[in-house]
Amino acid sequence: MILRNLFAVVMLSGVFSLLSAALFVAMDAVDVAFTEAAVGAGISTVLMLGTLALTSREEKPATHSRALPLLVVFVTGAALLYGTMDLPPFGAPDTPVQLHVAPQYIERTPTEIGVPNIVTAVLASYRGFDTLGETAVVFVAGIAVIFLLHQSSRRRRDDDDKGEEEV
Amino acid sequence: MDHHYILRVISKMLIPPIMLYAFYVQFHGDFGPGGGFQAGVIFAVAFILYALVYGVDKLRMVLSPLVARAGMAVGVLIYAGTGTYSLFMGKNFLDYSALAEPGHAQHGQHLGILLVEAGVGLTVASVMVVIFLAFASRAPQIKDTDW
Repeated sequence: MILRNLFAVVMLSGVFSLLSAALFVAMDAVDVAFTEAAVGAGISTVLMLGTLALTSREEKPATHSRALPLLVVFVTGAALLYGTMDLPPFGAPDTPVQLHVAPQYIERTPTEIGVPNIVTAVLASYRGFDTLGETAVVFVAGIAVIFLLHQSSRRRRDDDDKGEEEV
Repeated sequence: MDHHYILRVISKMLIPPIMLYAFYVQFHGDFGPGGGFQAGVIFAVAFILYALVYGVDKLRMVLSPLVARAGMAVGVLIYAGTGTYSLFMGKNFLDYSALAEPGHAQHGQHLGILLVEAGVGLTVASVMVVIFLAFASRAPQIKDTDW
């Protein structure tokens, strides 16, 4: 049951992502499913494999008891399940989220924006400022990774030369 | 990966359709599921697949890391620039109706959505390639048996 091979763990999390994408399709959230399949199952898996190549491929045995983490996981899971009891049933038309601004978007998109996909109209136009922020977040993430991991090409070439000399 | 002929041939055949599909997702986002985020990721996947099969150095010859890094910033610039343009035209920030003649608000919306989605796609694709390059450039060459 306990998997120590991290390669298998990464692959299983990719499979989990793909299955969640199928779940989102079943719940009619195709845009979300698309993102989950491309980012969660695709890019994340490749980046995790890249991380494995830099670190270790086997998990170290735990040095302390696992009772406390297990308890925390169970309590959190139980709290989340308890929280779902109060949620309205799936697809109910009278939930608060359906009664707030969503009717406005659905009513006004055909005349104001004129694109068939209302998700795109909300994402790019009605909530364009949010999406600008999201794009900036992606940009900042890229810069942060460059700062943390980038090796200048000159230094890498030096390393290569050294390696060849040693051979 | 020199001896994996099947992988090399199949990925060479797959990379052009992946890029084409990315453009389809990008420009069809107004009509069906998709948009800049998904298209950017799919476009980056084409480059990452190339690097996985042919090696990171070959990818660096195809796509200079400097170009990828510039793409990150240019995408955000296109997005913010669209908003700033509408600001200068006397409308609110990111009010795309400023992009067209008065009375043709829908045309402006279409153009604005196209522009900002292009900005999102460029940034996301560049960031994904840059992050992959940052990870892969540090990794030592792995033998097939190591996995």
